[in-house]
Amino acid sequence: MVEKIYLAIPLLPLFGAIAAGLFGRYIGRSGAHWITILSVLGSFVLSTIVIKHIIFDHASVYNEAIYIWMISDGIRFEIGFLIDELTALMIGIVTFVSLMVHIYTIGYMRDDPGYQRFFSYIALFTFSMLMLVMSNNFLQLFFGWEAVGLASYLLIGFWHQRETAILANLKAFLINRVGDFGFLLGIAVIFAYANSLDYAEVFAKAENLSLQTINIFAGSEWNVITMICILLFIGAMGKSAQFPLHVWLPDSMEGPTPISALIHAATMVTAGIFMVARMSPLYELSETALNFILMIGSITALFMGLLGLIQYDIKRVVAYSTLSQLGYMTVALGASAYGAAIFHLMTHAFFKALLFLAAGSVIIAMHHEQDMRKMGGLKKYMPITHWTSLIGCLALIGFPLFSGFFSKDSIIGAVQYSDLSAANTAYMALLAGVFVTALYSFRMYFMVFHTRDRMDEHTREYLTETSWVVTMPLVLLAIPSIFSGFIFEPIVFGEFFSRSIHVADSHNVLNELGSTFEGIQGFVMHAFSGPVTYLAFAGVGVAYWIYVIKPQFAVDMQHRFNLIYKFMDNKYYIDHLYINVFSVAGRAIGKVLWKLGDNVVIDGFIVNGSARAMGWLSNVLRHLQTGYLYHYAFAMIAGMIALISMFVIAVNI
Amino acid sequence: MVALSDYLILGAILFCLSIAGIFLNRKNIIVLLMSLELLLLSANMNFIAFSHFLGDITGQIFVFFILTVAAAEAAIGLAILVVLFRNKRTINVEQIDTMRG
Amino acid sequence: MTFQYGLFMFFAALVVYGAVCVITLRNPVHAVLHLVLTFFASAGLWMLLEAEFLAIILVLVYVGAVMVLFLFVVMMLDINVSETREGFVSYVPVGFLIGLVLLLQIRIVVGSEFFGLDQYPLPVPRPADYSNTAELGYLIYTVYVYPFEIAAVILLVAIIAAISLTMRRRPESRKQMPDKQVKVKADERLKLIKMDAVVSVDKKDQGDDV
Repeated sequence: MVEKIYLAIPLLPLFGAIAAGLFGRYIGRSGAHWITILSVLGSFVLSTIVIKHIIFDHASVYNEAIYIWMISDGIRFEIGFLIDELTALMIGIVTFVSLMVHIYTIGYMRDDPGYQRFFSYIALFTFSMLMLVMSNNFLQLFFGWEAVGLASYLLIGFWHQRETAILANLKAFLINRVGDFGFLLGIAVIFAYANSLDYAEVFAKAENLSLQTINIFAGSEWNVITMICILLFIGAMGKSAQFPLHVWLPDSMEGPTPISALIHAATMVTAGIFMVARMSPLYELSETALNFILMIGSITALFMGLLGLIQYDIKRVVAYSTLSQLGYMTVALGASAYGAAIFHLMTHAFFKALLFLAAGSVIIAMHHEQDMRKMGGLKKYMPITHWTSLIGCLALIGFPLFSGFFSKDSIIGAVQYSDLSAANTAYMALLAGVFVTALYSFRMYFMVFHTRDRMDEHTREYLTETSWVVTMPLVLLAIPSIFSGFIFEPIVFGEFFSRSIHVADSHNVLNELGSTFEGIQGFVMHAFSGPVTYLAFAGVGVAYWIYVIKPQFAVDMQHRFNLIYKFMDNKYYIDHLYINVFSVAGRAIGKVLWKLGDNVVIDGFIVNGSARAMGWLSNVLRHLQTGYLYHYAFAMIAGMIALISMFVIAVNI
Repeated sequence: MVALSDYLILGAILFCLSIAGIFLNRKNIIVLLMSLELLLLSANMNFIAFSHFLGDITGQIFVFFILTVAAAEAAIGLAILVVLFRNKRTINVEQIDTMRG
Repeated sequence: MTFQYGLFMFFAALVVYGAVCVITLRNPVHAVLHLVLTFFASAGLWMLLEAEFLAIILVLVYVGAVMVLFLFVVMMLDINVSETREGFVSYVPVGFLIGLVLLLQIRIVVGSEFFGLDQYPLPVPRPADYSNTAELGYLIYTVYVYPFEIAAVILLVAIIAAISLTMRRRPESRKQMPDKQVKVKADERLKLIKMDAVVSVDKKDQGDDV
C-alpha cells in the first residue's frame, strides 16, 4: 500500500505533464490547468500522508527497488525509493511550493499563448524533482538531476521569442554542464571504487573508501572520499548556483516569475543542498571537502548578497538574495550542520517563494515593468502583496520569531562551534552577510512599497491588487514563512534526521549548540546577546535612512565610489571572464580542431586519404585479377601445397 | 592384408592426379569438372577407409552428404557450362576473361 | 598375398588407370567413359571396405545419373577439341612435377609407418546378417536428420538453379496466361457499337449506271 503511494507521488505530476503537454490542444487552457493542479494536489495530499507516516508515526525507513532496469556484471541499475525523514520533508516542500506555483500561474500566465506548455513544463519539473529526492541510488539521482536541469532550461527559455531568454537558458544549461560533469565524474569514481550505485551499499563501504587513495597526476595522491565529495559538490555548485558557477541564476530571471519562484528559489537550486545532506555519510569522512564547501559557501553568501545592493530589477534583487541564502545553506553543510541546512532550505523555500510570487504580483500590477526605480508607494494600491512581502522580507533577514530567524541563527551558531580551519572566515562572512541581507531586502521593500510614486500616469490608473489566484498563494505561503520556525527544535537539534543523516561525533556542532538550548524563549533571548540580530536591525535602519530619508545619498555614493560600483555592476567581471577567456579559448580550440583536426586530419587524411590509398592499392592489385580461371586455380593449389609442406615439415621436426 | 595406409595412398594418388588434371586441362572446363569429381572421390575414399578401420559409420554419412553436394555441384556446373557455350560458342577458358581487373 | 589383397590391387590399378586416362585423353567422351570406369572400380573398393550402400549409390546415382549428364552435355555441345588441347604438352612437366611433389609429401604423412596394420589393425568382420543400409538409414534419420534435410534443400536449389540457368524464353513461342484469362470481363471480350447506316457513294454511282 505505501509502495503505491510512493509510486503515485512522482507519477501523478508526470501524468499531468504528459496530458497538458501532448494533449494540451484537446483539453484546452482550463483543462490543462485543472489536470496539472489536480495531479500536483494529489501528490501533495499523498506526501502529507507520507509525512504523517514517516515523521509522526515513525514508520520504518522504506528503501526498496521498484523496477530493475538491468543487471550488468552484477551491478544493478534500478529505480528505487528511499523514504525517510529527509525525503518526506523534501517531498512535502516540493509538492507544496509546486502546488502554490501552479495556482499562481493561472493568474500570471493568463494571457500567454503557451499556457498549456507552461503547465506541462512545471508539472514535468515537479516530477523530476520528486524523482531526485526520492531516489535510493545514484543513477536515479543523476536522472532527476538532469531532468530538473532540462525543465529549468525549457522554462528559462519559455519566451523563446526573446533573445535574452534564449541566451539565459543556454547559459544556464552550459554552466550546469560544467557542474554536472563534476557530478558525473563523482558518480563514476563511486562506481569504480564502491562497485555499486545504491546509496546504502556505498555508505556501507564509505569507511573502506576513505582509506584508499587515487592517483590523478603523477605524484599527487588523493583520498578517494575527498575526491568523490569534491566532485559531487562541483555538481551541487552548478545546480545550487555556488560561486563560481552561480552566473546562470540571475540570468534565469528571464523566465516567467512563477518559475523563478518554483525552480530558482524553492526547489531545484536546493537539489545540491539536498544531495550533500543525503551524502552526509561520505562528506563526514573528508574534512578537506568540508573546508572546501565552507569556503565556497561563505564566498557565495557574502559576495552575492553585496551584488543585490545595486540591482534595480526587482526579480534580480530576489535572485541575488537566493544566491546568498544558498551560500548560507552550503556553509551549514560545510560545518556538518545538515539539520540546520535542511531546515533553512525549508524556511527559505517558503519565504523565497513568497518573495518571488510577491514580486511577480507587483510585476503583474505594473504591467510587466520590473524596474524598481519606476515603482514606489505601492503599499496603498496593493495591501495584500505589501503585507505578505513584508513578512517575506522579515523572514529573510531573520527578524526574531520569523522562520528565517531560527534557521539562520542556528546556522551561524553552528558555524561558530565548528572546529574546521575555514570556520572562522565563514563565520565572519556570514555575520557581514546578515547586515547585507537586511540592507538589500529592505532597500527593495522601501523602494517598491514606500517612497513616492514614480510610475507613469497610465500605469497608476490601472494599479490595483491582483486577483485571488495570485494573492491566495501569497497568503498561504506567508503562514509557514512566519510560523514554520517554531518546529525547529526537533529538526535542528533533535533526533529527527538520525536515520537519514550521519554526523561524525567530532563534527557534531548542532549537538554542541543544542546543549545550550533552553527552549524557544531562551533562543530568542540569546539572540539579543549576540551580534546577529543587531546587525539585521542595523541593516534595516540603514536601508530606511538611505532609501527613504535621504535618497540622494545612494546616488552620491554611487558617484564617489564609481570604480567599485562598476566592478559590482559587472558582477565582479565573472561573466567577462567566462565569455572573453573561457569561451574565446574554447572557440579557438574548436576552430583549430575544425580546421586542422577535421578538415586536414579527418577529412583530408583519414576519410579521403584512406579512399585514395585504397584506390592506389586496388590499381596495383587489379593486375592480379587476370580473369583466367586457371590462374585462380593455380594460386589456390600453390597455397594448398605451401600449407601441406608446412604441415609435413612440422610433423617431421 | 590390405592396410589403412594402402587406401590412403590410393586416395593420395587420385588426389594428385586430379590436381595434375586441373593443370593439364586448363582450357577445357568439362575436364576440369571431371577432375573435381575425381578430387571428391579421393576424399570419399579416405572417409570410407577411416570409417572402416575405426569402426565408426559416421564417416559414411559424410560421404553421403559429399555425394549429394557433388551431384548438385555437377548439375549447376554443367548448367553454367551450357549457358556459357550457348552465349560464346566455346568452352575455352582463355576466352572467358570478363572478370579481368 | 591373399585374395582380398589381390582384389584390392586389381581395383586400385583400375582406378589409377581410369584417372590417368580422364586427365590425358583428347576426346572428352572417352574421358567421361574412363571416369565411369574409375567410379566402378571405386565402388568395388568400397565393397571391400564393407560400405555396400555407398558403393551401390555410387554406381546407381553417380554413374547412372551424374555421369550420364556429363556424357549428355559433352555430346550435345559441339566442342572444338583441338582448340582446347593447345599447349597441353607444354603443361605436362609442370603438372607432373606438382603432382609428384604433392604425392611425396602426402606419402610422408600417410605411409604405413603411421597408418599400417600395427597402428590400425583390421576390424572384426561384420556378421553375415549385418545391414549397412539399415545402420546408415538409422543414423541419417535420427542423429543427422537436420543435415539430411539441408542436403535435400541443396539438391532442390541445384535443380531450380540448373533449370533457371538454362531456360530460354523465345519471343516466338506462344503460351497461356491463366491469370489474365481468369480475370477477363465480358465487355472486354465483345463490344457492341451502335453506328449510323452509311450508304456508299460508289454504290449509288454504280446503281445509276445500272
